[in-house]
Amino acid sequence: MTFPTGDSEEKVPLWRDQRFWRIALQVLALVLVALLAWTLLGNLMANWARRGTQFTYRFLTQAASFNIGETLIPYTTNDSYLKALFVGLLNTLRVVLLGFVLTTLVGTLAGIASFSQNWLLRQLSRVYVEIVRNIPLLLQLIFWYFIVFLSLPKPDEQISLLNAFYLSKAGIYMPWPRNSPMLWLSLLALVMGAIAAVLLWNWRTKRMVERGASGRPQMLALIGIGIVSLIILIFGLGWEIPQSTQPGQVTGGARFSSELGGLLFGLVFYTGAFIAEIVRGGIQSVSKGQWEAARSLGLHSGLVMQLVVLPQALRVILPSLNSQYMNLAKNSSLALAVGYPDVFSVAATSLNQTGRSVELVIIIAATYLILNLVISLVMNQINRLVQFKER
Amino acid sequence: MTTTFPSTSPPPVAQTGAIAWVRKNLFSSWFNTLLTVLIVAILSGMALDFSQWALTEAKWDVIPKNMGLFFTGRYPAAQRWRMWTLFGMMVVISGMTWGILAHAATRLFSRRIVIGFAIGAIATMLLPIHPRNHVILLSFLVLLAAGAWCGRWLTQTAPKVSQWWPAGWVLAYVLSLWLLAGGFGLKPVSSNDWGGFVLTVFMAVSSIVLCFPAGVLLALGRRSDLPIVRWLCTAFIEVVRGVPLIAWLFFGKFIFPDFLPVGSPTPNNLIRAIFVLAMFSAAYLAENVRGGLQAIPRGQTEASQALGLNPFLTTALIVLPQALKISIPAIVGQFISLFQDTTLLYLVDVQELLSMANTVLANPLFLGRRGEVYLFIGIIYWVSCYAMSVGSRRLERALSAEYRPVAIAGAEVQQREVGGT
Repeated sequence: MTFPTGDSEEKVPLWRDQRFWRIALQVLALVLVALLAWTLLGNLMANWARRGTQFTYRFLTQAASFNIGETLIPYTTNDSYLKALFVGLLNTLRVVLLGFVLTTLVGTLAGIASFSQNWLLRQLSRVYVEIVRNIPLLLQLIFWYFIVFLSLPKPDEQISLLNAFYLSKAGIYMPWPRNSPMLWLSLLALVMGAIAAVLLWNWRTKRMVERGASGRPQMLALIGIGIVSLIILIFGLGWEIPQSTQPGQVTGGARFSSELGGLLFGLVFYTGAFIAEIVRGGIQSVSKGQWEAARSLGLHSGLVMQLVVLPQALRVILPSLNSQYMNLAKNSSLALAVGYPDVFSVAATSLNQTGRSVELVIIIAATYLILNLVISLVMNQINRLVQFKER
Repeated sequence: MTTTFPSTSPPPVAQTGAIAWVRKNLFSSWFNTLLTVLIVAILSGMALDFSQWALTEAKWDVIPKNMGLFFTGRYPAAQRWRMWTLFGMMVVISGMTWGILAHAATRLFSRRIVIGFAIGAIATMLLPIHPRNHVILLSFLVLLAAGAWCGRWLTQTAPKVSQWWPAGWVLAYVLSLWLLAGGFGLKPVSSNDWGGFVLTVFMAVSSIVLCFPAGVLLALGRRSDLPIVRWLCTAFIEVVRGVPLIAWLFFGKFIFPDFLPVGSPTPNNLIRAIFVLAMFSAAYLAENVRGGLQAIPRGQTEASQALGLNPFLTTALIVLPQALKISIPAIVGQFISLFQDTTLLYLVDVQELLSMANTVLANPLFLGRRGEVYLFIGIIYWVSCYAMSVGSRRLERALSAEYRPVAIAGAEVQQREVGGT
């Protein structure tokens, strides 16, 4: 707001001057917040002094002396709290990363299914979304863990599939690559192969568009890469197949515990329902003309979705996915309820043992804030890739 | 040049009727047919398994025997009538609100709503509860309809009075507190004895009510052009939203008491939980209201400035009322998720519905009834949340319908002015 200037200008009283209020209000806000913080911290200090404790992270180096059910790196009860929290963090990252992949898959499929030509599939997708979104996540986690996974037979009556998968209350054993230098070499080869394939595909499309070439030699090369990758996948990774020497005893392979299973299924299907709605909204946002144009070019309905509608819908979908991924990461802290040792439940156990509430809550808050920040940054980068390149 | 006739195509397949519908929607291609067969096979398998479990293995007596525990927790049995009164009051006021909001509808009780009532009545009769409670619940259904009719009648005869319906809810909240806690002529009931579904609803409602002022202030602060205020609000909102609710609940349980002056009594579990829930939902509400604020055109602010209103009055009288109205559906959505989040209180020893379910399951008489109990409370949550989301969609429509006449009236005024000059 500007005031008339000139000879006739009267002196504006202080209480009508916006410049004064702008500064006064900010100072007031700052003073109030500082006062609040000072009072609260003062109370905290006084309470601590009365109990004879103080703010310290020294407990982190002490032996945790509690066991952690499943770990990705070796851990014993003699290891420090810091190590225990790190083991928990790795467990959190495992469930979060697996969750991202699976929930994207479930959500996208359910979202696309709501446009299917098949009436049953459309209804199934609607019913799934309406049921899952209206029941609390914690109840769903409890359902998956206690009702689904714990109703599997006891370990000594385990179910065996093809002698390679073993299902029981203890979890699911499945074939998994053995950790060896060869595994990493093979993985490197696979990644190189994938990059080469993408480059080849782009080159092929370019040549076909620009020169009208058939693209056959490139296609043959692609098939070659595919065959080599398949061979590496089967023989190069060193798959270890779980062996059951006696009932209830399984060695080798990877174990997915019931706790991880319950947590993962709950999180994936819950978040998936929200992603399905986002995908549905994104697809709906693509104008009807695009569908009709693609149809009239002779594409069948699968290709219409894949080549015309989804790429455009992606621009609407991706920004909203960010918050769903963050929700999944935050909700993984409900692992506490099913006994999966994620970083939050390790911290809760440590809190029970040491009583270091402030220190541990700060660690937890920082962990999840950083996790969310990283997710945000990555998603923003991906988002930038799919947005319109405007000239 | 050959002179063959174009081959005649077969007559088109029937386009209408049940068979055509089935063909088009279920068996239009081999892939669709495969899908249909697969889905039918899987669904019928699951339905078979489930009904076998529900009819032979499940022991449903755990539900009726613990109905009181599920709905009111350990509330003294002699005082349960207060819970019924509370429920009845909520029913009446919900009905009146519905009637007031739907006053523009040509028929209040359309066929779909009558069918809904019929389903509700049948479901009530099927509930495994004491016959006396059947009568009470049925009379509540009647009360709902009567409330709706009254609300509509009130709007048509005294529209000025009916505009005060939000005040009715505030009054109802105060009365509920009185009914729950007692005092003023009623026998006091300690908050440790509150529990079950009533407590779940109470926690959710209290948190959203308490978070409202803070949430609106935070939203305004985040949109403010004063940098320090904006930074403070943004930091608060982002930190609260970035950390899981369960961590905040632990904060409330273990750290919050230490922030109080030395020697002050530790506040009770419920108050700490409500404080945390309110703080948490204030941050989320702020984002919803901010969405509403962003949707208000700049012209509104400029027009009110041109009329000589200062920034405070501009916000309070012009921008905020419109922004809040726009964000009502988002706020209802947030309330639904807050309602679901109250299950987390079970992890910090608040006796809400989920923890009542676990109490029942811990009873040696009802060991191993997980399926029955969780299914039952799952249905309670589902029905509540689904009803709220349907209600919110209707509310959204009612509000936008209410908004339209204003816009049209404005357009008319404009036209008249153009015609006049």
